[in-house]
Amino acid sequence: MGRTKGLFEHIDWVLVGLYFLLVLLGWMSIYANTYQPDNSNIFDMTQEHGKQLLWIGSSVVLILFILMMTGKMFSTYSLLIYGGAMLSLVLVLIIGKQVGGARSWFGLGSFSIQPSEFAKFATLLALGSFLSVPQLDLKKIKNQLVVGIIIGIPAFLILLQPDAGSAIVYCSLIFALHREGLPSSYLVIGFSSIVLFLLALLFPFTIVASVIVGVCVLGFLLSNKRKRKKVWYYYPLTAVVSMAYSISVDFIYSNILKTHQRNRIDIILGKIEDIKDIGWNLYQSKIAIGSGGFSGKGYLEGTQTKLNYVPEQSTDFIFCTVGEEWGFLGSLVVIGLFLALIMRLIFIAERQRSIFSRVYGYGVAGIIFIHFFINIGMAIGIVPVIGIPLPFFSYGGSSLWGFTVLLFIFIQLDSYRKDIL
Amino acid sequence: MSKFHLKDRQFVTYIIFILGAAVLLGKLMALQLFSGDYEYLAERNAMKKEMVYPVRGSIFDRNGELLVANQRSFDLMVTPREVKGLDTAKFCQLVDISKERFVKTMKRAQRYSRRLPSILIKDLKKAQGISLMEQMHQYPGFYLQERTAREYPIPAGANVFGYISQIPRFLMEKDPYYLPNDNIGRTGVEKSYEEVLRGTRGKKYILRDVHNRTKGSFQAGAMDVPAIPGEDLTITIDMKLQAYAEKLMINKIGSVVAIDPSTGEILSMVTSPGFDPNMLVGRDRSKNYNLLNEDPAKPLFDRALQGQYPPGSTFKLINALIGLQEGVISTNTSFKCNNGWYFSPKLKVGCHAHQSPLDLRNAIAQSCNAYFCYEYRRILEKSNDIELDYQTWYDHVRSFGLGNYLNNDLYVGKRGLVPSIKYNDARMPFRWRAPTLISLAIGQDALLATPIQMANMCAAIANRGYYYTPHILKSTSGSFEADSTFSERKYTSIDKKHFGPIIDGMQMVVENKKGTAKNARIKGIEVCGKTGTAENPHGKDHSIFIAFAPKDNPKIAIAVYVENAGWGSSYGSPIASLMIEQYLNDTISRPQLEARMINANLLEDGTD
Repeated sequence: MGRTKGLFEHIDWVLVGLYFLLVLLGWMSIYANTYQPDNSNIFDMTQEHGKQLLWIGSSVVLILFILMMTGKMFSTYSLLIYGGAMLSLVLVLIIGKQVGGARSWFGLGSFSIQPSEFAKFATLLALGSFLSVPQLDLKKIKNQLVVGIIIGIPAFLILLQPDAGSAIVYCSLIFALHREGLPSSYLVIGFSSIVLFLLALLFPFTIVASVIVGVCVLGFLLSNKRKRKKVWYYYPLTAVVSMAYSISVDFIYSNILKTHQRNRIDIILGKIEDIKDIGWNLYQSKIAIGSGGFSGKGYLEGTQTKLNYVPEQSTDFIFCTVGEEWGFLGSLVVIGLFLALIMRLIFIAERQRSIFSRVYGYGVAGIIFIHFFINIGMAIGIVPVIGIPLPFFSYGGSSLWGFTVLLFIFIQLDSYRKDIL
Repeated sequence: MSKFHLKDRQFVTYIIFILGAAVLLGKLMALQLFSGDYEYLAERNAMKKEMVYPVRGSIFDRNGELLVANQRSFDLMVTPREVKGLDTAKFCQLVDISKERFVKTMKRAQRYSRRLPSILIKDLKKAQGISLMEQMHQYPGFYLQERTAREYPIPAGANVFGYISQIPRFLMEKDPYYLPNDNIGRTGVEKSYEEVLRGTRGKKYILRDVHNRTKGSFQAGAMDVPAIPGEDLTITIDMKLQAYAEKLMINKIGSVVAIDPSTGEILSMVTSPGFDPNMLVGRDRSKNYNLLNEDPAKPLFDRALQGQYPPGSTFKLINALIGLQEGVISTNTSFKCNNGWYFSPKLKVGCHAHQSPLDLRNAIAQSCNAYFCYEYRRILEKSNDIELDYQTWYDHVRSFGLGNYLNNDLYVGKRGLVPSIKYNDARMPFRWRAPTLISLAIGQDALLATPIQMANMCAAIANRGYYYTPHILKSTSGSFEADSTFSERKYTSIDKKHFGPIIDGMQMVVENKKGTAKNARIKGIEVCGKTGTAENPHGKDHSIFIAFAPKDNPKIAIAVYVENAGWGSSYGSPIASLMIEQYLNDTISRPQLEARMINANLLEDGTD
């Protein structure tokens, strides 16, 4: 509805506050990584911390733009935006510049932009648009198929770059879909397949098979009698499919995954103990975080990060700086802020009157959660190394802009929630 | 499924989010709160201990002349990874190295590390280093690292100073202080006073990044330990005298040792042939070392400290003193000499032709063999108990510092040999008596002494009955103090009163018209001396002369050995005399004698 509203009217200041806090802490961490005692000009544009200031400044401009948009702007043009984003993902495969074996970036002079960062919110907009059809039933295979296509296109295009990390992020939309009525079995199957994958890698088949049988028998016994009579065949079927899956894990593992991906998983599982070559990054990252202890070494006092022992320390491994310089306390604060942010997002999503906004909000929360969990998890060695940034923290214009747009579109949507009947 | 049910699903999301955060926090607790290793590992990564090398102390002579200094030298370093676009031929020419050698060393450097610097050429001389430094920027990957090397402004005294070298493994295993690239004094004063000269290494903790590049100091230098520079030494050597003696000894094999009898300070200590100490510094060090080491004249062998020679007739002074002390002769005692001392056709000691009989003073002046053979028999037959009498004689001899180490501050020494009863029993299974040992009367038989022991013996006579341990350290610039026992008098077992007549005899050696070393006379200086000739089974006899001067309040006591030079008066006494004159008068009144000594070439293959 086109009524005029003050720019900052009905804005959720808690989200805005959390955003700026995280951006500030992120910038401080980048500054700590590039800091040199004799050269500490914070506006030094040759340094990452100086450039990040530029990205932060331009993000504020982006925020103002987004907040200036009229209420239904994003839902109206959602498919157009989605189409544009998909086009950019196709284009980047053709004219993108090759960096580290992947075509993920458009090079514009000295400036690069990563379209996959912007495909995230575009996909959310399209998904919201599709799901906001009243009484849409996600239990229907046809609807599930459409959803699968909306999500599958960007994920597939990104996998072609190849950038498996960014593609995995799309799994996080399961939270939004589940909320909108996708059968819980999808969630269960999703988690089970991860657990089975790990079990199959870690233990011999006999043990995995006994676990599967045990779980199925237990499920059968605990289910209610009426249901049991009707769908009794579910249980043996699940068991058989699970066993087939776990047998195929070995095949997937050795034939579909690439060597470096296999190594990363092996290190997490402890199958490879290496601190020199393939395990170096993780080892140094753990030293950085572990050496922070309870209260850290103090701001700008980190040695692991400042002396380049930690690789990719301002992007993928930015959490090392938090862990090393601010210790467990600082880590607790950062994780607390992220948790507060994503829980606030769910809380606000739930108060939306439009399905579009709610789907979008759940999507934002899910995407931030998966980034946050994978990024920190990989730095401390519970997730294989997957190169995705820590939202608002990691150095980089595309990443910061992408997350800023992602979040502030939702804040904009939320500020118009009362206009929707 | 109603809308109500779907709204409840938000809690599934909440729970998963909270669980996710909890998993991260759990692992973080394990890493940060319950694992102590990581702090150590981070420190081990980032902290590099670097040594701070102290400047090695300099060495000055007794007059403050700089003898051993430090000079800048350079090591040409290479970091293989950084070498780019090198014109090998031009570079080899520039740094003066053969191409084969260059390729070999480069390969070794690459094997060691491509990222860390290795030494390409060690010890470039200062001038070469400075000129190269200006051009090094044209050659990425190469740089010059400054270090210090020894420098000797005066090319003499090599045996006194000794040399330093990179520590060999066997020495490193003995002392935990040293690290593989440390220098250590190997001989001479550099060795005896190694710990004073070297100072104490300091430590510096610096940050290093993942490429091993340094990034400032660790904890602002709070843990750093500064290096303590080595102390400068002033040694007792008179460099002018030392250099003069080396000049006199050119083309002769032997040794000259001069001591200040009033202190025991070694004024000069020469071994010949010597070498320029600068030979053992820098790039040609090992080449030169091999050269010196293979020289048949053994320039690296310090004859002053390690050369063991029979004292010859100089030893008659000791026997004379013992005779007086034991009362077996008086100064007026005379013995006849009929061209020697005769015991049996097989056992006799010859003597040169001279007036007979002679009293003690004249026997010394003319070095009569027969006199001292008769006298020595009286010593050993005093109580008719050969063992008792021999032991008495032995103890007297030993009280002059013969037959044992001097326990001084020189890095090496030899005991010499005064045959003990046990020694005699071992070599003579029959019952030995005075006649058997008669050669001891004239300083032959098994007697051996080093030149420094002889100079010390002479100092003990000059002092009329005592000596100070001959030593080399005068003072240091720091807190180190010389061994206090060096300033204690070591008394001989001979009463002071007996020295007068002996010293009279020594003066007559030089000043009496029948004296054996009239060529040692110096106008205006009362020189007391004694010639000696050491029988050498391998060739011409060694020329020996000991002397001190002036007669009263002696300032210098000297021992000269010239190998294969014949009589004591041929080379020994002129050289000793010139030394005395140089030291006491600082001028030479006999240029002809001086020239004759300098020009004399006693080396078999010597060309003049």
